[in-house]
This record gives sequence, structure tokens and C-alpha cells, in this order.
Amino acid sequence: MTEPQDLSPQPSAYSAASPGAQAMVEPATQPMLDVTNLNVYYGESHILRSVDLSVARGKMICLIGRNGVGKTTLLKSVMGLLTPRSGEVLLDGQPITKLSTDKRARLGIGYVPQGREIIPRVTVRENLLLGMESLPKAQRSRAAMEEVYDLFPVLKSMLERMGGDLSGGQQQQLAIARAILSKPKLLVLDEPTEGIQPSIILEIEAAVRRIIEATGISVLLVEQHLHFVRQADWYYAMQKGGIVASGPTGELSQSVIQEFLAV
Amino acid sequence: MILQGLFDVLFNGLSIGAVLLIAALGLAIVFGLMGVINLAHGELMMLGAYTTFIVQNAFKPLADTPLFGLYIFVALVAAFLVAAVMGLFLERQVIRYLYGRPLETLLATWGVSLILRQFVRSVGGSMAIGLVLFSLLFWGGQALLRRRPDWNQLQGRALAVLLPLSGAIALVASFLLNGQPALAKPWFSARNIDVTAPGWLRGGLNFAGLQFPTARLFIIALTLVCLAGVYWFLQRSAWGLRIRAVTQNREMSACLGIPTDTVDALTFALGSGLAGVAGCAVTLLGSVGPNLGANYIVDAFMVVVVGGVGKLVGSVVAAIAIGTLTYLLGSGNVPLWMTQLNLTESLKPLFDFFSFFATTSMAKVMVFALIIVFLQIKPAGLFPQKGRGAEI
Repeated sequence: MTEPQDLSPQPSAYSAASPGAQAMVEPATQPMLDVTNLNVYYGESHILRSVDLSVARGKMICLIGRNGVGKTTLLKSVMGLLTPRSGEVLLDGQPITKLSTDKRARLGIGYVPQGREIIPRVTVRENLLLGMESLPKAQRSRAAMEEVYDLFPVLKSMLERMGGDLSGGQQQQLAIARAILSKPKLLVLDEPTEGIQPSIILEIEAAVRRIIEATGISVLLVEQHLHFVRQADWYYAMQKGGIVASGPTGELSQSVIQEFLAV
Repeated sequence: MILQGLFDVLFNGLSIGAVLLIAALGLAIVFGLMGVINLAHGELMMLGAYTTFIVQNAFKPLADTPLFGLYIFVALVAAFLVAAVMGLFLERQVIRYLYGRPLETLLATWGVSLILRQFVRSVGGSMAIGLVLFSLLFWGGQALLRRRPDWNQLQGRALAVLLPLSGAIALVASFLLNGQPALAKPWFSARNIDVTAPGWLRGGLNFAGLQFPTARLFIIALTLVCLAGVYWFLQRSAWGLRIRAVTQNREMSACLGIPTDTVDALTFALGSGLAGVAGCAVTLLGSVGPNLGANYIVDAFMVVVVGGVGKLVGSVVAAIAIGTLTYLLGSGNVPLWMTQLNLTESLKPLFDFFSFFATTSMAKVMVFALIIVFLQIKPAGLFPQKGRGAEI
């Protein structure tokens, strides 16, 4: 597979002071993601119970909660990997509840799943090219790949390695790079620091921060790492499949942290 | 003499291996990559063979011109297309509902193989008209009804009415048309039919005192072309990358925006199309009949399993190894060499053993036995697959 042509050489979009960054943030008229009264079952087990959640434009929202409370189930339902029994999911005002996963991706959801799910027997370069699958052909550019190398330099030196041969941290960087290559409106990250060594966690945090500042995309994050959680604008806390608390992360109290984070 | 014998074994082994490989290539994709046990693969080959017969008949008016010799190339394309369209139909109508359910897939595709076999035995003018009528009424009716905004609510009831109604009309029409002898007569019947190879594919080439049949050389070349084409498509094209991604991680591929349904259909159509090409190729080796596919299906599965499910290179090595071993044992070359080397007395038990297996059918028995032993030692085949294929 040949790489896409460089259509419009540009400075890195992920430079912190990218001039176009603010222009991409539309007025906060409606949330980027709006989940209403979502109920999801595994067989007869009621996993998500009347979940309401919204992600404002250009904001980073963090979902916290102990293991097994339904955080990943919620993200999978947003991606269309699980079918809800009732409720509605709107992306940028458009109902997507009945759409297939690939159609949701093409509408602008970039997904970094728990466990990274790198395609193991294709190269890093091919994994990155797959990241642009949801874009129209005219928007697939080599410049975007270069911007990703700028963000995660380690990937550039491993382009011909098989995705499955990378270390956990490198795979996580590849998974995020792959997701942002789709130029998503909404980036969904499921525990991106899980099982990653501390130095790489800081790199990943910094990269996500740069992406948000540069592109103004909205982020829905599931995270257990307190430092990363505090970078979000708003938090939702989950318990037994429902949202039980929410607020600005700046107001995260010690009791909430102890109750909902595995720290 | 021994050197000439070795050369003979190598060529014939390669030649048998090429036939095995071309028959298994489509299966290496459908079974190896997608994990679908398609027992109708042999019948897709059979459809390719019958398509070759039809194309050859269409070229009959040109029999006295050099153009007739080119029919095989038209037949190759036609066989690919016919088998691919049938494969696509099969995937959309049957197999896509059975992904992840190997036992049901096995039974369903076996049923399809029986239907296809009986279809070529029975098909004639009246049956063809009946089928066209059924397709027009059933799928045409659905296409019309889909335009209604309440189609989702209607769907169940509409199918419950359309299916028996279209079937009944088509059956009655076929029954009435059977009164016309010209329409009632089967086109192919159950008898085997012969495809005449083009003049340039008959005869052979002489080299180093050995005769190389042109048809066999053509099949080797065709196998190499198909292999190179499949390799290029899977490793270098955008759709190939999508196929590799979907077969390794379906959910994540969908999350990346890859239309997994389309990829499934395309992959199955490609594998089926290759079965059609194989069917066209084997018409050069013998006559064509409704049971043609059954002769190849076991060998094709054997090649894919021994090679390692999901590994194209494994299928290539396995096909050549099985082909060479079958010819080496079946041709009687081993006892002949032992005689020439005066080893018949000193190694009498071995000489008797190889003499006993020195027929085509006994050689096959021996190869099967060896494969069973091999799979006990290496159950995942020569080149074990990692990923989805390994879970089959």
C-alpha cells in the first residue's frame, strides 16, 4: 500500500501554539457527545443503568470508577461495539445509536481501546495508514503522518516493525497516533496509561494535552492515574453501572478520589 | 539414470503440487484468513470448470482459426467472475449469518455443495427460466418494498409472503415449460463432459530426454501468476491491508472505519474466484463432471492445514511437498533406484515396503498416513499462525 500524497505541506498541527487551533473550536452550542438514558445488558445482566453523560466541545472529560463498574462498557457502547437496549447517543447533534461501528468512526470518533488492540501482524506504518481509513481519500496526507512522528518520535524509527512486536508503551503511543490520524471530533481513550512505565505515562499525557490544545478536539477519557485525571476539565464518577457524581476535576475531593480511583 | 529420475520426480512433484496449490489457494484465503470452513469450495471449482466448457463452446465457430487457442484466457477470466459472483452470493445469503459458528458453517456449505452438484446435473432451459423468475420476483420485490419508509417493520411479513409466492410462481412456470422438450432437456446432465484444450496446450516440450506436457507447464505458470497476484493484492494493495486488518482484529478494524462487512464479502469473493480459476485449470487434465470438486476438496484442505492455517507460504511449501511425495511414492521410482543401486537384497524390507506403495492410490494412502503423523507432532502445521487464525 502506498502512502498518501502530501497534498498540503504544513507546520506541525500539534505545535502548542498552532494558530488555527482556536478557530477549530466551535461555539459550545451543543455537546460533542451526548449520551441519554443508556441501558446496556450482557445477556440478562444489567450493566449500564440509565447513564447520562455529555462531552462539551473542546473539553476533556474523565470517567472514573473502580474496576467492573461499566466504564469500558460505556465506551464500547459509544463506539457501537455493544448494542444498548434503550437510550440514545448523539455525536455532534446527530443520532448514532443505530449506526455500525465503522460508520461511527467515519463520523469522527477516534478510539484508543483498553489493551491498545494494535493489529499485530501488520507493520507500524500500515497500522498508521489504517488510522486514516475513516477519512475521505483527499484528506489522507503524508503531512499528517509527519505530524504524528513529531508527537511520538519513537514511532518513526520503527515503521517497518510489526505492531505486535512493540513494547506496551510503544503500542500505546501507536494506538493514540492511529486514533488521531483519523482527525476525530471526539477522541475516546480507555485507560491509556494502564500497564505503562511512569516515564512513558508522562509522554502520553503530554501528547494528549498537545493534541487537545492544538486541535481543539473533545476527549472522553477513562483513567485511574490521578495525575492524568486532574488534567481533564470535568469528571464523571461511575458506580454499579450508573453515574453517581460529577463535577470539575479541580474540585475532586480526597474522599471522591479514595472512593472512585484505584490509588 | 538416477539423476534423470530425480529430475522426473521433481517436475512431476512440482506439477502435482501446482494443481494442489491452485485448488488450495482460494481456500487458503477463505479458510486460512477468514476461518470459514467452506465445503462448497470444490463445487466453486466445478462451476469454473463448467464455465470453461461453456466458453470453449462459444469459441467453437472459431475452431479453425488461431483465435480458438485464446479461449482459455477468456475462460480463466469468466471462471473467476462466475465463481466470485457465486461466492459473493453465498457469503451474503448464507455464510455471513454463521461467522464464528464453524459447525453450522460446515453443514451449511456442505448443503450448498450438494445443491450446486445437483444444479449442474439438472439445469436446463425451464429450470433456468424458473430461477430467473424467482430471483426477479423475490429480490426485485424486496428492492421495491425497501423504498417504503416502514420497511423495517414490514420486513418479516414481506419475506414470509414473498418467499413462498415467488417460489410457487417459479415452480409452476418451470413445470409448465417442462412440456417443451427443448427446454426440459438438461444442459450438462450427470455425465462427464470433455473440454478440448487449445492446440498449443496439447503435446509437450522435450528437455534432457524428458517430456514435459505443455498443459502441466501452463498450470505451473498459472499457479505462479495467481500466487504473485494474491501476494501483491494482500501485501501491497489498500484492500489487502484492510483484509489483513479485519482477519486479525475485526472489532478494532471496525473502530478504525473499515467496513468489515464489505471486506468479508470481498475476501470470500476473491477466494471463490480463485477456486473458479483452479476449476478452469483442471479442465486441462481430465474430463469435467458434477463430482469434480469432491476430488479436490480433501486435498485442498490438506494443503492448507499442513501448511499452517492462515499462512500463504505454508500452503506453497505443503502443496509442493505433498505433490512431490505423492509422485515419489506412487511412480515406483524408489524401488527402481534401489534396484539400480543393487540395494534390493541388503534392504529387502524397505524395497518391499516401497514396492507395495508404488501405485497412485497406495501412495495417497501413505501420504495421508504421513500427514496424520505430522499433525500429531505439529498440529498447527508447518508455519503456525498467530492471531485470529490460531483460534479456529
